[in-house]
Amino acid sequence: MENIDIQLIDWSRAQFALTAMYHWLFVPLTLGITFMIAIMETIYVKTGNPEWKKITKFWMKVFGINFAIGVATGLILEFEFGTNWSNYSWFVGDIFGAPLAIEGIMAFFMESTFIAVMFFGWNKVSKGFHLASSWLVAIGGNLSALWILVANGWMQNPVGMRFNPDTARNEMINFWDVLFNPAAINKFLHTIFSSFILSAAFIIGISAIYLIRNRERIFARKSILLGSIFGVLFTVMTIATGDESAREVANSQPMKLAAMEGLYYGTSEAPLVAFGILKDAGTTETPHLKEFMIELKIPNLLSYMAFLKKDAFVPGVHDLVHGNDEHQIMSYSERIARGNIARQALEDFKIAKKTKNVVLEEELRAKFQDPDFINDYFKHFGYSYFKNPHAIVPNVPLTFYSFHTMVGIGFVLMLIFVWALWLSLKDKLQNKWFLRLAIIGMPMAYIASEAGWMVAEFGRQPWVIQDLMPTHTAISNISSGMVITTFWLFAIAFTGLLIAEIKIMTKQIKIGPKIEEE
Amino acid sequence: MNILKKVFLFYYDGFRGMTYGKKLWFIIGLKLFFMFVILKWLFFPNFLKTNFKTDQERSEYVIEQLTNN
Repeated sequence: MENIDIQLIDWSRAQFALTAMYHWLFVPLTLGITFMIAIMETIYVKTGNPEWKKITKFWMKVFGINFAIGVATGLILEFEFGTNWSNYSWFVGDIFGAPLAIEGIMAFFMESTFIAVMFFGWNKVSKGFHLASSWLVAIGGNLSALWILVANGWMQNPVGMRFNPDTARNEMINFWDVLFNPAAINKFLHTIFSSFILSAAFIIGISAIYLIRNRERIFARKSILLGSIFGVLFTVMTIATGDESAREVANSQPMKLAAMEGLYYGTSEAPLVAFGILKDAGTTETPHLKEFMIELKIPNLLSYMAFLKKDAFVPGVHDLVHGNDEHQIMSYSERIARGNIARQALEDFKIAKKTKNVVLEEELRAKFQDPDFINDYFKHFGYSYFKNPHAIVPNVPLTFYSFHTMVGIGFVLMLIFVWALWLSLKDKLQNKWFLRLAIIGMPMAYIASEAGWMVAEFGRQPWVIQDLMPTHTAISNISSGMVITTFWLFAIAFTGLLIAEIKIMTKQIKIGPKIEEE
Repeated sequence: MNILKKVFLFYYDGFRGMTYGKKLWFIIGLKLFFMFVILKWLFFPNFLKTNFKTDQERSEYVIEQLTNN
């Protein structure tokens, strides 16, 4: 690549990562706690027990704080698309337009109407209407997430579109292919279910603080019981969708799967590394080779998870970079060559238009509509921006450790939920070891949630759109100084918001649940 | 009472009756001001919209970027 300002790329990526990760500190609690609040209120409406009203109103207050501090932080990502990532924004064309427009309308409708009823409507609207509003806030918030994740799913596995060489944009040819993209569906379900887990961990953790302080015992016990049932149920669902995601990633992003497992040389009957510590063993020929200093393997499980066959071949980094004839894996060198043919066709098209060579222009325009050309060449378009195949490999240790952190914490949280449920049923929630672990479970859930996004986003590098557009091609020609300035502005602003959230929430938690009108 | 007045009073009473919510609305207002007035206006102009007048110019620029990079 010529004339690339590495500093601009690195700072733009750092800025996007910073804003996305801060934004994600607020989102998952909203996704899950709204459903739990709706369930609590349903119990209150069904039983008429005022204790459940008190529980509902307290967690609603916590949700309100989280929502108020977090709302609109995601819009900054859209600013960044237009300023820092203009080539990308243009190239994605109308693929993002439809989902994000639906998201905007849904979010606005939900936020302005049903949240207002939720907070202002106690004693002003009927119980049934208030309850319906609480459910609609939960459903609306999660549907909002659907459209964002459909857009993200398309970046991981671009489908349902065709590239238009006249406009340099991808145009949607099948909305349903984009919506039901397996990458989008798996990502949506895995994301919301894991967010439900985070919310359950949060509710159990805060309740544990009350029990340790010997306060609000009935409130805390009921909250823990509901949180543990919710937690157990959605841990199972998260495992199931994670398992489905493994197959999706194995098919559409095999390099990401290899990085997640630190798998350099592909193998049949591939084991799953349950725990491992990597050390660098790279040479000039094998720059990404890592060896395990310590490893705990489960035989055949990776083959089974990836292809539902315990003896299936799972390609490693080496197989994907260099190709593997036995398993019909095309080398990156070949994909670079094919990508160059597709890019040359775009270059020729540009010149034909400028020189008004109508015959050639028509011929090349038809080429970009030809399924064989798309499948054989355009599919590899993004590879043309690389000369060295080894540059098309993500950061393996970062992806590996993020993935194993997410999964490891997931299992600790499952233990907390099962233990919480068992202790709730036995009426032994004063167990100090459990209460301490439950409190630690809160930050752990946030770490796991952020780690999940790190797997998804670092694991797919160097692509901003898988196989079509590398990250460094997506960038705008702007000054890196401006990006550095805004990076620090965001860092200060978001840290301020986080401190405000923690302070306000801590104050409300200290005050505790009570019947009040707000 | 007509429906618009009812809706207005619903929100008006709701906002008036707030305690901790007022602080949250202040934070929301400050955040939106910071985002839309300071950040968007000063630091985040849309690169293609600012530098090019028509979609055709934008397309030509991006094709140039895609083919020359």
